[in-house]
Amino acid sequence: MSAALAVRLTDLRFRWQAGAPCCLDIPSLAIAAGERVFIYGASGSGKSTLLGLLAGVHRPEAGYVEILGQDLGQLSGSGRDRFRVDHIGFIFQQFNLIPYLPVLDNVLLPCRFSRRRLAEARRDGKSEQAEARRLLEALGLEGQLLAQPAHRLSVGQQQRVAAARALIGRPELIIADEPTSALDADRQDDFLDLLLEECAAQASPLLFVSHDHRLASHFTRELSLAALNRASLP
Amino acid sequence: MSALLRIALLSAWNRRLTLGLTVLAIALAVALLLGVERSRVAARTSFAQSVSGTDLILGARTSPVQLMLYSVFRIGGATHDIGWDSYEAIARHPDVAWSIPLALGDSHRGFPVVGTNAAYFEHFRYGRERKLALAQGRPFAGLFETVLGAEVARRLGYRLGDRITLSHGSGAPNLAEHDDKPFTVVGILAPTGTPVDHSLHVSLEAITAIHLDWQGGAPIPGVRIAAAHVEKFDLRPKTLTAALIGLKQRAAVFKVQRDINRYADEPLLAALPGVALDELWRVVALVEQVLLGISALVVAVGLAGLVAVILASLGERRRELAVLRSVGAGPRHILALLALEGGGVTLAGIGLGLVGLELLAWLAGPLLEARLGLTLALQGVTLAELQRLAAVAATGMAASLLPAALAYRRALGDGLTPRL
Ligand SMILES: Nc1ncnc2c1ncn2[C@@H]1O[C@H](COP(=O)(O)OP(=O)(O)OP(=O)(O)O)[C@@H](O)[C@H]1O
Ligand SMILES: [Mg+2]
Repeated sequence: MSAALAVRLTDLRFRWQAGAPCCLDIPSLAIAAGERVFIYGASGSGKSTLLGLLAGVHRPEAGYVEILGQDLGQLSGSGRDRFRVDHIGFIFQQFNLIPYLPVLDNVLLPCRFSRRRLAEARRDGKSEQAEARRLLEALGLEGQLLAQPAHRLSVGQQQRVAAARALIGRPELIIADEPTSALDADRQDDFLDLLLEECAAQASPLLFVSHDHRLASHFTRELSLAALNRASLP
Repeated sequence: MSALLRIALLSAWNRRLTLGLTVLAIALAVALLLGVERSRVAARTSFAQSVSGTDLILGARTSPVQLMLYSVFRIGGATHDIGWDSYEAIARHPDVAWSIPLALGDSHRGFPVVGTNAAYFEHFRYGRERKLALAQGRPFAGLFETVLGAEVARRLGYRLGDRITLSHGSGAPNLAEHDDKPFTVVGILAPTGTPVDHSLHVSLEAITAIHLDWQGGAPIPGVRIAAAHVEKFDLRPKTLTAALIGLKQRAAVFKVQRDINRYADEPLLAALPGVALDELWRVVALVEQVLLGISALVVAVGLAGLVAVILASLGERRRELAVLRSVGAGPRHILALLALEGGGVTLAGIGLGLVGLELLAWLAGPLLEARLGLTLALQGVTLAELQRLAAVAATGMAASLLPAALAYRRALGDGLTPRL
């Protein structure tokens, strides 16, 4: 039954521009609820593109994408936006923070646009601000820093803010695109601990892209994109 | 919604320089749009006020507009005078209640001199049935006495008892001076906001007296008649420039006008001030239309600037809007965000323009009133202005929605990848 699957892909094809060579061609992929998947592959092989397709950021040229039982093909552009914020915590490779907003406001953004995330963030009777502080603190960000606009932060700090934003409000699926690329070893450990803890608490499935193969031991499954993808890229 | 407002404010603050300049451009455009209209209305009111109490203007045959301009507004000069006898005959017309004779043509330091008689102080009306009032002193009684308009006294700093000399002709200085016959200031009128403020008033006899030893606009060589001796001459005026006429009943105005225009002994003209003014406005209307057109164009430029700034910032904000979408902001949020900004900028511009205009009226108002007789009083926004402002605001809002629509038509992934 598809309901038990967090992610179901069949015959997915995607190219960036009409006429460009196929970037992704994946016959099938299924990820069960509760799985923690480590995805790896060469730079430029299409890892970020695949995550974007799963989160409804891009639309496939052909094929079927089902996330948490929802067929993404059925949703409009704004429908996918709403679905994403309600159900998916996405850590972008580019972080995608709003530069002029203070750190705390950036983290709280999903709660501003999703009632579901807001309700989840407040679940233990705390305010959503307290929840944001808890996540940020677990990632080593606190005090004065939270009132700073995001563009005043170092790259590693920005990455952790992006992570806290993805985790707030307990999304049912967490997608992380190289979330530790700018972190030192200690921070990487803190981050992984928090991420796995949050996923375990929720039994949320986790899709994790990284070049750092040492992290693979924390995951229940390893996926090589090259093995998955039939499209041959230069 | 308050979160969205906070985002809008922080985002706008982040781009405060460009937005500030846009607000300024709209403010200037709005100030111009309303300023042109207000000066137009002020000019009309001030002109209408100056002739409100007069039923007919009597003068030599010319165009009614010209007659009104030189007799009431002292703009331009008369080409012909009228005979004193003709004036007296008209003044005795059974339907005429009062008449004010006017002898023009001399000046004092650029201000026109009006030769007239006591009827001026008694019958002249301006604004809403208002009579002339003396701020200081008394009407002229003796031959070489003068009563100054409020602006003349203020600008030249004259006080009661000062002695002044008149110049022949109007306009440029170093005209021939009537310097052998100085006048004493005996009265200063209260301000009226009409051309009266800019005039010096003397008796008709005084006008005759200073021209006794003159002929054809220049002193007769070798003839000097001292001020002390003029009383020996017959000082009754022989000619007149114009006369203002009040009727017993307004209804008779066309009859009296016809009688004057058919006057047998001399070609005369009786002009209805209201009709002459309308004619004047018809002439000026084209210029007004052009001015209004120009100010409308300026507003259009201001609004085009707003759209340009929002569109330009859209490139800049491509990522920002995409990020907002990626965290779940729907089309209505993006729309609200941009409309909030466009509306805010437009309203701020309109507000600033209004405040600027009032400030200008407050600062430059006295100057305009003195120089041009224009009363740009501080005033509330009129209904017509409100309509124009609403049109500006609506255009501004609509303009800001266009980028909002564009923002949502872009693919999300497009905005999320930073362009190098
Ligand atoms: N915005 C874009 N427009 C056009 N082509 C793109 C765009 N983004 C990526 N591509 C192409 O798609 C391919 C896959 O890119 P993608 O970002 O998915 O790689 P990746 O596996 O995430 O690499 P990395 O490990 O460096 O992040 C690349 O070869 C790139 O040329
Ligand atoms: Mg990538």
